[in-house]
Amino acid sequence: MYSQALNTKDAAAADTSPEAASFQARIDAEERIEPNDWMPDAYRRTLIRQISQHAHSEIVGMLPEGNWITRAPSLRRKAALLAKVQDEGGHGLYLYSAAETLGVAREELVDQLLTGRAKYSSIFNYPTLSWADIGTIGWLVDGAAIMNQIPLCRCSFGPYARAMIRVCREESFHQRQGYEIVLTLARGTPAQKAMAQDALNRWWWPCLMMFGPPDTDSQHSDTSMRWKIKRFTNDALRQKFIDATVPQGHFLGLTFPDPDLRFDEASGHWQCGTIDWSEFRRVLAGDGPCNRERLAARQKAHDDGAWVREAALAHAAKQQRKAA
Amino acid sequence: MTNTPLWEVFVRARNGLAHKHVGSVHAADATMALQAARDVYTRRGEGLSLWVVPSNAIVASDPTDREMLFEPTGSKIYRHPTFYEVPEEVGHM
Ligand SMILES: [Fe+2]
Ligand SMILES: [Fe+2]
Repeated sequence: MYSQALNTKDAAAADTSPEAASFQARIDAEERIEPNDWMPDAYRRTLIRQISQHAHSEIVGMLPEGNWITRAPSLRRKAALLAKVQDEGGHGLYLYSAAETLGVAREELVDQLLTGRAKYSSIFNYPTLSWADIGTIGWLVDGAAIMNQIPLCRCSFGPYARAMIRVCREESFHQRQGYEIVLTLARGTPAQKAMAQDALNRWWWPCLMMFGPPDTDSQHSDTSMRWKIKRFTNDALRQKFIDATVPQGHFLGLTFPDPDLRFDEASGHWQCGTIDWSEFRRVLAGDGPCNRERLAARQKAHDDGAWVREAALAHAAKQQRKAA
Repeated sequence: MTNTPLWEVFVRARNGLAHKHVGSVHAADATMALQAARDVYTRRGEGLSLWVVPSNAIVASDPTDREMLFEPTGSKIYRHPTFYEVPEEVGHM
């Protein structure tokens, strides 16, 4: 999901120490692990990577939507979009804060993003071409994020789970405001409905890719599941999302860009066609439509803010000298 | 470049409740830490009062001392009211 790049093999040598055994026993007993508790190095490393990539995704995710704030069609929509984008910034900050409890500095995490050493979700490398994209992102991208984040509220690492509880409380507004936008367009003029359909056509497949590679390819899942960082597999979450979303799309009178999409009576699930995983790998590797633009925007914001950070520190030092 | 200091943030949800830890922010000084904490942690009426504390000012007990510090109370059942017998006729006490 927001840490898709974790789905690569990370050969962690099995830790057979007594500490590791009692750690696993605590996890199995559904105890939460807190920052100062003993934990295997690989658990710490996995969490730092996962939480920081999740944080980066929230921050980079502000860019495609921020693109439409000045062009929102009404004051009501603009106020909602501003609040949503601000929330995403807040989510990023809750998550950086959780990652830092594991002993990594914020500056280091930001540096990892800007130098391309850390990934963020593939979904934010797609462009927002029309206003309908803003509705569709709220409905689908935030919808997919909710599917992924609800089980993370029970993650074994306390600070991550607590951050996710705050995030989940705020996400529901994001999805509902998005669906309302799409609904308004779908019930509007033929041109507006066509705009909504076009957005769904472009976002549907990338949204399914948000859940990461199929279970058959993601060896990393096993360890994450054993550590209860992850509670459901990529495919299980993707299926939940499809089952929840397809009827919502049909209610809008829109069609999904998948000729193979069908309801399977026997299993009670919607079955989708084949996902183009080569596109996913391309986008994740840096070759999506907007990868360069997104990183350039983050780099520029970081550079343009440098004098503010320096001035704030200089001011604080001066106040301290005066007080001394 | 110097790292911007880290502050722990505590929010009082409403009067009558204690301040509760919610997370952290980075800020150059206390004033800016309060401002950042307000922006990040109270966007929906989560609180009426904020504390920010320099993270490095917090002294924490060591989790490996947990048994030594907290287990002994488990055996001191005479600290609980149910340890004492009061005849039923006396009524609620
Ligand atoms: Fe978010
Ligand atoms: Fe969101």
